[in-house]
Amino acid sequence: MQRNFNGIDILYAAADSFEEVKALPSKRIFCDEVCEFLNHLSAAIRKDKEACQYPDIVTFGFFCRRANIEQLKKRYNREGIRIGRGLAYHIAPSNVPINFAYTLVAGLLSGNANVVRVSTKDFGQTFILCRLIHAVIEELKLDIGKYIVICQYKREKEKTDYLSSLCDLRVVWGGDNTITEIRKSEIASRCIEIAFADRYSLAVFYAEDVLKIKDWEDISRRFFNDTYLYDQNACSSPRMIYWIGNKETIASAQELFWKKFHQFLKERYTIEPIIAVDKLTMGYRAAIDFEDAVFVEREDNLINRIKIGTLDKCVPLYACPGGSFLEYEDSSLERLFSIINKKYQTLAYLGGDGRAIALQVANAGCAGIDRVVPVGKTADFTLTWDGYDLVDIMSREVFVDTQ
Amino acid sequence: MIDYSKCLEYEPYAMDKNQKDKFLTECLWILTRYHYDHCKEYRKILDSENFDINTVHDYHDLPFLPVRLFKEYDLKSIGEGEIQKTMTSSGTTGQSVSKIYLDKENASNQTKVLTRIVSDYIGKKRLPMLILDTSALLKNRSMFSARGAGILGFSIFARDKLYALDEDMQLDINGMKTFLEKHKGEEIFLFGFTFMIWQHFYKELLRTGYRPDLSKGILIHGGGWKKLISEAVSPQEFKESMRQVCGIRSIHDYYGMVEQTGTIYMECECGHLHTSVFSDVIIRRPYDFLEADVGEEGLVETVSILPKSYPGHVLLTEDCGTVLGVDDCPCGRKGKYFKISGRIKNAEIRGCSDTYAEKF
Repeated sequence: MQRNFNGIDILYAAADSFEEVKALPSKRIFCDEVCEFLNHLSAAIRKDKEACQYPDIVTFGFFCRRANIEQLKKRYNREGIRIGRGLAYHIAPSNVPINFAYTLVAGLLSGNANVVRVSTKDFGQTFILCRLIHAVIEELKLDIGKYIVICQYKREKEKTDYLSSLCDLRVVWGGDNTITEIRKSEIASRCIEIAFADRYSLAVFYAEDVLKIKDWEDISRRFFNDTYLYDQNACSSPRMIYWIGNKETIASAQELFWKKFHQFLKERYTIEPIIAVDKLTMGYRAAIDFEDAVFVEREDNLINRIKIGTLDKCVPLYACPGGSFLEYEDSSLERLFSIINKKYQTLAYLGGDGRAIALQVANAGCAGIDRVVPVGKTADFTLTWDGYDLVDIMSREVFVDTQ
Repeated sequence: MIDYSKCLEYEPYAMDKNQKDKFLTECLWILTRYHYDHCKEYRKILDSENFDINTVHDYHDLPFLPVRLFKEYDLKSIGEGEIQKTMTSSGTTGQSVSKIYLDKENASNQTKVLTRIVSDYIGKKRLPMLILDTSALLKNRSMFSARGAGILGFSIFARDKLYALDEDMQLDINGMKTFLEKHKGEEIFLFGFTFMIWQHFYKELLRTGYRPDLSKGILIHGGGWKKLISEAVSPQEFKESMRQVCGIRSIHDYYGMVEQTGTIYMECECGHLHTSVFSDVIIRRPYDFLEADVGEEGLVETVSILPKSYPGHVLLTEDCGTVLGVDDCPCGRKGKYFKISGRIKNAEIRGCSDTYAEKF
């Protein structure tokens, strides 16, 4: 039978009410019970046939394994004493099924009790993970179970009001509209909020390095995972390619890259009719609005490339899911920095030196770009996301002066 | 430029494929050049495609504009002062609507072509017309969109008009009785929008038990099946049900859009939508926009020789359809005949953007 607390459907809870969860003492960050639980959950995922059918659950399971958590913990082996803020209320995005699990893990590792509101779409991933969490907690009789509530409810402000009034930390995923909606529900004065807004991401390709690529299967797969795997609709998915090199090198690199990638893509992506129409519409919008846009000739509708000769602040408006790329060419990154604003999230790089790029971004004082990652890793979840160190922000430091 | 006065004299359904291909290529080639010279946005689109009109020898190779662009931009090839009429699509509240700018010549050509096409089905003389819609439609400015324009457009075939629905959308049974008595024994022209007819005419007749004799009626209806599909009403069932409540036998659906008013596609006696000589449909594969085979479903491109005041002569719609044959429909009309299977589906997109997300 479906349980509910205060009219909210509960998919998983070891506690009996939100009040009980609210009253739980905070834990230290990366506490042993949490790490233990995650390691068992990882094992349970590995052994579960149903779970293994979902690549995103498998990746999540891999993230939770002991070796990875130990690795992540090292970053926090600092002097300060950190504990959870209390009750974390997470609003997971509606279209990325696995995200709720990552935000929960971040909340647990930070020492909080967690209420996670999942999408009202009934994703298989949600139910499988709730089942496995339940099994692990029951089997090992772990107290940490009380720190987890996974719930589901439709757009009902009173419920959001209630949970918002209760929490010490509110984590909102899902974009600008959701954030505006959620902010209508007040939070307590000491409560803090982390909101993940709509973002725009791009990639920088170093033409000379592209020409040296040997393993095209590998590079193509990486780029595919960044883009078409999620219909190029993740915030972190590159929508513009900024090519660096001289004119001739770029021309050869572009031809080579897109030819190889097209071969790879052809067998893996089916284009829905509406996407084909959307992409054409977007291309023509760019043609009208930019002074010198060139729609690169295409043998089919899989990859739409629009070359632009000037950069403009409105670049993020020309994004369309399903394989649309603006392309810009230059000899350095300088011009890019002039259009970077808060909207920009991930800068993926192919060739070049990631650290050097990140330093250039920081030294230019850009308002945006929170992540600089190699092509293939844009969708990887890390405890630093959108410029936030999640564990730091989800926990508080007990300052101590021993003098 | 196209000699419209001559072209519009052509019989709508007499040209065979070869002649029509030549004719359309000539007209659309001229229009493409014309709009390239007169519409900045259109020129930029063609330039972005490195399009060279001189390399084109077949209208199938002309670039098509997605209809949605007419919602986002004011696309026109005439100056502000020449605008005689602006047509808008029937978007529901909050949706953006297409804006189509017509000059005097374009508006008049639309009417002429509509007359040529429709006369092939209802004859050349004007008929008493029963409009299966509300009389409030033309009074209320906010309702005056594609529905109002459609009714006005088709009213040219009328010599005496009655709205079957009063201002409160109630069936005007007394009015109908008087009207039908007055025109007893005559052919009656009926016009309306498919869903409105079903909801407010058919269902009301069914409910009230009133059974007007419309056995000499000719019904032309349009506006799409989207809303009726949710009520699970098929075109066959629609016809059969209408026949049962009012004895009407001659029922013709039509396919058309505000972006190409005038060149509508009428359903013949065999249930097929027909292209006239003034326009054509090309079915394209979503994968690469190449032309689909006869019998293969794809995206519907529509071309029309009429749009001169705005660059809407070659359009990619958001509808899916299938060509059923060319020049050989048993009804005897030449030209392509086809069917429409509906609007393309909104994609279920993965990813974390709000754009397609459920409302929280």
